[in-house]
Parts: sequence; C-alpha cells; structure tokens
Amino acid sequence: MQDNEEQMTSGSRELLTFTLGKEEYGIDILKVQEIRGYDAVTTIANTPPFIKGVINLRGIIVPIVDMRIKFNLGNVEYNQFTVVIILNIAHRVVGIVVDGVSDVITLTPEQLKNAPEFSAGLDTEYILGLGTVEQRMIIVVDIEKLMTSRDMELVELAAA
Amino acid sequence: MTIDMSQFYQVFFEETAEHLAQMESLLVGLDVSAPDLDDLNAIFRAAHSIKGGSGTFGFTDMTDVTHILENLLDRLRKEEIPMRDEMVDAFLQAGDVLKSQLDAHQNGGEVDPATITEICERLKRLTANESNVSHETPAPQETKQPTKNVQCLLITYTPDSETANNTERLESLYAELASLGQLEFIERDGATKTMRLSTDREESEICDIFSFIANPEQFTITDAALEPFAGDDDPGYGFFSDEETAQQEIDPGYGFFSDSPSPAAADVDEGFGFFSPIEEIKSQVEAQQGYGFFEEIVAPPAQPAEDTKSDSSTPTTAETPQRRATDKPAAASAQAADSSIRVSVEKVDQLINLVGELVITQAMLAQTVTALDPVLHENLVNGMAQLERNTRDMQESVMSIRMLPISFVFSRFPRVVRDLAGKLKKQVELKTLGEGTELDKGLIEKLADPLTHLVRNSLDHGIESPEKRESQGKPAKGTITLRAEHQGGNIVIEVSDDGAGLNREKILAKAVEKGIPAPENMPDNEVWQLIFAPGFSTADVVTDVSGRGVGMDVVKRNIHAMGGRIEIESTLGIGTRMTIRLPLTLAILDGMSIASGNEIYILPLTFIVESLQPTEQDIKSVSGQGRLVHVRGEYLPLIALHELFNTTPKVTRPEDGILVLLEAEGRKIALFVDELLGQHQVVIKSLESNYRKVTGVSGATIMGDGKVALILDIGTLVHMAQNQSAKF
Repeated sequence: MQDNEEQMTSGSRELLTFTLGKEEYGIDILKVQEIRGYDAVTTIANTPPFIKGVINLRGIIVPIVDMRIKFNLGNVEYNQFTVVIILNIAHRVVGIVVDGVSDVITLTPEQLKNAPEFSAGLDTEYILGLGTVEQRMIIVVDIEKLMTSRDMELVELAAA
Repeated sequence: MTIDMSQFYQVFFEETAEHLAQMESLLVGLDVSAPDLDDLNAIFRAAHSIKGGSGTFGFTDMTDVTHILENLLDRLRKEEIPMRDEMVDAFLQAGDVLKSQLDAHQNGGEVDPATITEICERLKRLTANESNVSHETPAPQETKQPTKNVQCLLITYTPDSETANNTERLESLYAELASLGQLEFIERDGATKTMRLSTDREESEICDIFSFIANPEQFTITDAALEPFAGDDDPGYGFFSDEETAQQEIDPGYGFFSDSPSPAAADVDEGFGFFSPIEEIKSQVEAQQGYGFFEEIVAPPAQPAEDTKSDSSTPTTAETPQRRATDKPAAASAQAADSSIRVSVEKVDQLINLVGELVITQAMLAQTVTALDPVLHENLVNGMAQLERNTRDMQESVMSIRMLPISFVFSRFPRVVRDLAGKLKKQVELKTLGEGTELDKGLIEKLADPLTHLVRNSLDHGIESPEKRESQGKPAKGTITLRAEHQGGNIVIEVSDDGAGLNREKILAKAVEKGIPAPENMPDNEVWQLIFAPGFSTADVVTDVSGRGVGMDVVKRNIHAMGGRIEIESTLGIGTRMTIRLPLTLAILDGMSIASGNEIYILPLTFIVESLQPTEQDIKSVSGQGRLVHVRGEYLPLIALHELFNTTPKVTRPEDGILVLLEAEGRKIALFVDELLGQHQVVIKSLESNYRKVTGVSGATIMGDGKVALILDIGTLVHMAQNQSAKF
C-alpha cells in the first residue's frame, strides 16, 4: 500500500484494465502473470459461490474466483470468450474471472483522483483511486490487498 | 540379518562431506573472543551427525575422532572453558583429518594413524583445558594405532646440482630416512637417486624430511607394495615382482596421471573394477586393506607434471603411470560421480510439471484426432497412440525419480541396533512395519538423521538391561518397532520401544536445573516435549551413544524443517512411542478415483476396506433419518459424499450407487458415491499453497486428462460424518 501510493505519486504507472459489466477496473500490470480462457474447474465443497474451484495451471493448483459473482456485475456465463486473469500476488497464484480484458493503459498521477467515500460493493479501502482516460472512468484496485482480504476467503484467516 | 549397507555409503559420504563443509565455514566465521552460541551448537550438531553416521556404517575411526571433537565442543558450548584461537585451529585440523578419513573410506586407502592420534591428543588436551600443547606430536608407542602397517615406499630424488655435489647433505638426508625404517638403495649414483624404504611411518613424514633440502617436484614417494594386484588378471601387471621392474615403476614420470586420469588409464584399469559399483570397490578395499598400499594420497603435494617430465629421460611404459596408487582415488571418484548425480529437487519438480503439461497436451491432441476420419488419417491415429504410450512411460519414470520406499531408511537400522545393542550389552529386536510406504526422496534423506537419533535414544535410554527387564517381568529381549504408514494426509513414522518409558520426575528436575520453566502440574505431553530442548539429557553418563541431549534437539529441528511434527507417548515401565508426522505434499499416493456428481475425488487406498453395492434391505434408518448400512452383521453409518459436499449427485439412492467402506482412526463408515472409476497413483499437490485448507480434503492431484481431482481426507470425513449425524 505504501509502495503503491509512492509509485502513484512519483510517476505514472501501467495498468491492465478489465471490464465487469459496464465498469472498468485497472490493476497493476506487474501483478498479472498471464491471461487465459476459462477451463473446466474442479469445484470445492462448501465454498462461497464466487469461488469457482481450482484449475491445473501447468502443474500448479490455482483457485479461480469469479469477480462477476463476487461483485454482482456482468453476465455470469461461461463460454469461449470468458477470460481468466492469472494473478501473482503475495507469493500465491490466483485466477480471477472477468467479463473481458480491455487494455493496457498508463495513468499519470494527474489522471488519478482519490475515490470519495461512498457505499459500494467494493470497499473503498481497496480502491487506490479513480482514473480518467478519454471519458472512461477506471477504478484502480489494489488487487493484492483485495485478494488477500478476509472477504475473498482465499487465504487462511490466520494468515490474513 | 544381512543388509547390504554399501548402497547407502554414497549417501553417507555426501552427507558427511556437507556436514564437514558446514563445520568448516562456521569455524572460519567464528568470532573467537565472543563465539555465537548458535554457531557452536551448529558445529556441534554437525560433528554429532558425522559421529552418528559413521557409527552406523562402522567407520569407527571417524567415530573416535568425532567423539573427542564433540567432547571439547560440548564444553565450549556449555561455556565451561573459554574459546581460544588454537581450538579453532585444532577443530579445522580435525575437520581435515575427518575429510581424509572420509576420502579414504570412499576411495580406498588409509589415513596416517599418527595424524589421527595427534589430533586426538591435541583435542583431548584442549578439552582438559591445557594450553600450549598444539604442536607436540605424541610418541606413537604410547598411543593406540588403529592400523600400523610396515610399508615399502619407493623414493626418487633428483637433487639440484648444488645439493648433488654436497655429499654431506645427502648423507644426512639418508641418515634421517634410515632413522624411519630400513633404507635400501636401488640407484644411488645417478642424477636421480632411487631408494626403497620399509617403514611404518607416513609419506608425509618423509616429505617433511625432504622439504628441508628439496623442492616438492624434485622428489617423489610411491608405494612399492603394489604387488598384490600384479598377476591378478593381467599378466602384464607382473612387473613389480623383481627389482628391475621396480626400477621401472620408480621412474620419475609416474606422477603425470595423478590429477587427470586419461581414457587410456580407464581402459587399462577396467579389470580392477574401478567402474564397477561402489560396493565392489568397497569390498575390494576391504579385502586388500591388509596391504596398506593405498597410502595417504594427500601427502605428496600435487606435482606439476611438466617439471617432473622434463627431468625424466627414461621412457615411460604405458602401464606404469596407471599402476600408481594415486590414480585409484581419481578413477574411483570419477566412477562414483558417474553412478549418481545429485540434482536439485526443484529441477525434478520442474521436470514433473513439464511432463504433466505434456500429458495434457497429448490428451488434447488425442481428443482432436478422434474427430477425424480414422481411415483417412490412419498414420496420424497410429502416431497418436504411440505418443500416448510414450508420454505415459515418461510420466511414470519421471515420477519415480522422486519416490522411494521408506525401507531405504529403515534398512540402515538393523546394523545400528545390532552394533549398539552389542556395545551396551542389551538384547534388542528390531521390527519394521510398512517398509513399502513410499515417500519423497527429499524427505527420505532428511528423515535418516532424526530417525537414527530416535532409534539410538530408544536403545540407550529406553530399553533396559536384560537383567533389569527380567526382574520387572519383561522378556529379556527388548523390542524396537519402526513403523510407517499414510494416515489422514500425513505420513506417520513411529519409533516405539517396550523399555523403561520416560521418567516424569527426572525430566522435571532436569528442566528446573536447566532453568526451563516447568510447573509441577504440567500435562504429560508437555513434559515429554521438554526433552527436545537443546542440551537436555537426563542420562547420568555421557556415552558416545547418547546423553548429551543434542540428538533430540536435532530431531525436532529437522522434523520441523520438513514441515512435520513429533509427538511422544510414554508410560513409565511400559515403553515410549515417538511419532513423526510429515505432510504428504510431496508424496505419491495410491488412490481410488470415485465419481460423485460431476466431480472426481480420490480416496486414499489405505483407508478403503471394501466396496459394495447394497440392496434396499441393507439400508436401515434410525429415527427416520440417520442412515445405517448392514454389512455382515455390522451396522455402519452411511454417509453420502454429495450431502457432505453439497453437490448434485447423479444417483440419490444408495442401492443405485456404490458404498465404499472406509476405516480411519478406529472407526468405520460407509461412504456413498456414484461410482468407482479406477485405481491410480497420484502425485499429491497442496491446495494450501495457493488457496487454503478445505475441510475434508487433504490435497489435490492432477488427473491424466489435466483436470484437478481432490483427495479426500478420510480422517476428517469420519468426523464430519459424526457431526452431520449429530445434526439429525
């Protein structure tokens, strides 16, 4: 968080943007390991619905989280266009399902505004700021903080 | 019991070399004025491990040295005596001696007994807190000499022109040499002096004498006692039998091959088994030990071959250099390096993953091919079939790289137990169970040390003397049991004995003495854990078997490093059981794959009792809800997997599906699943590395088609089943 803020203020940074419904989100591109299609997952018993299950990513067992279900956005359907972003965060590999990957953009500090306090599905705690590129609003998310948070139920509570 | 120990020699050599290297680096980095206690402990542990290992393999000479070394280290780490510079020197020297002993065991040969006694004396005196003793060489007659061989050495000496004309100097040199043993001249007058010395001293001593007047390249010392080989297989080797050929042998040119055995050398040497497995070398070495001709190969400083060569005008026969004793270790170690390579676990893991990928790609291609017309694409279809076979074979062999049955560790113990029992005059029987339990090679290697400590401990502290046992109404012969099994996502290894058990009062008293907080009312299992504290030992006498309290410290540390834990159960007078639990993350598991709904799960085979298809009459209910199944007179709780996991099954009536009877933690349940799919060996992958622990699941695996299947944790399933039935 500290680092991120420093980076944010010190200069522009590259973000990968993806869409969830009509909203556009941006995450630090350095956290992204790869982007791939949605494969059949192995479901895990007694988990919240947004945890789709696990997949085999070249021998590593990777959990898959459907952000559309988590944030109630977009059409939850799985077809050949469904995109999984594989993230590498906090020494873990996690996949997130989104509606689509749109762009890689560079945001300068001037383009990034602080998010106002407001009530939303996504706690403002995880929002680093709101960026504006050509009339589009990009919600810049601290993906590492979000994915390791208690809400996501991805990590052991003791570790969270 | 006959166990071929030789297969483990290589492991011991490698481990010990590592320990020695670690010791050395720690010693060198040690601050003498204020030594770090942790470092001292680490050095001590390294020495202790070497002692344990060498004891196991019967390399008593190393055990002797390390024992003395340990004594001093022990006093140092207890801060009974202050650390001094000369101690570090002595330790380093001891390390060198151990290294050469190790080398001697590995490649055949002997270490100068005088060096050993010297270092032993030096260490003993330091232990006794005497000073200024470091440079005295004890007289050989007052110390024990494990191997005192009179050997015949051939010495050549090419003095420089100045010395050559100085007869007085030469005479005094000869006199010095003659003082060591019987000196005979073969060639006294030429530019190169050749002589034969029969002595029980080491080459290094002779080197010392020469070093006053000559440069290392001016003289060579070889062992003349190579005759035993001669005439063995090859008639051409007979050239040592008379003096004339001996002269050939002492040709100054023979040092050339000492540091680079040429292919030619290898060829000729083949007959001697240099390239045969280490056991053979070992046995050869043992058989030939009496001759003592693998003499102290480190002593002569490495000779620049060119120098020697330029001095030599005598033609060198092809065989002569290869007959040199110095060649043997080189050839032998080359052989040892060939027979096994140490590869980092990471590389193997990477290989396993890559092969996994390959299997998936192959499955994908196979899928595509099935859509094609088999007549039109016959070649492609055939090729795919072959590819499938090849990938499967490859996957199997890659997997097998990592897995070894635990018998690899267990089989070292009969020897340990026998030797120790003999030494302690106890009667002990060793039982091993579950030797076939496979576990990761990495774990096996790491297990060896802790298990050795536990077994030694059981023997030394646990099992009582035959008289005492009989007086307590126990059979005179004690039993130590080693047991391994897969259990609830863990590998469990037990070391149990029917000995005296742990003495609560004694441990508590010791804890107080050590300043460890230990209230009187501490629960037993916490009291037992006290014995893992560093330096904790209740043994009254420190023996070279145990009693320093270093062993248990190491055990716990090693087990923790593997991600496992160790538990003790003990009853005074009945016995002690140490249980090591290790996670399965790396292990392979024999599993039954079953289907429930759309998912495939793996049941560890070890928990499965049987599977059956029940009839409607077999299914009973209690108070209308909790279901039981009647199997051969037993009523077992019936648990539907889909209910536990909240999934949609394909079948809902038990009589349409199949029941798998599972046994865990002494309880039996019948698990209702849709169908049985088959039996597999699966590699266990951790769910926790990227996700979290899931109740009822011990891990995951990747099936042949690349899909993930979860491995069920039967232990928790049984618990879940109980809680579930409690809800009804």
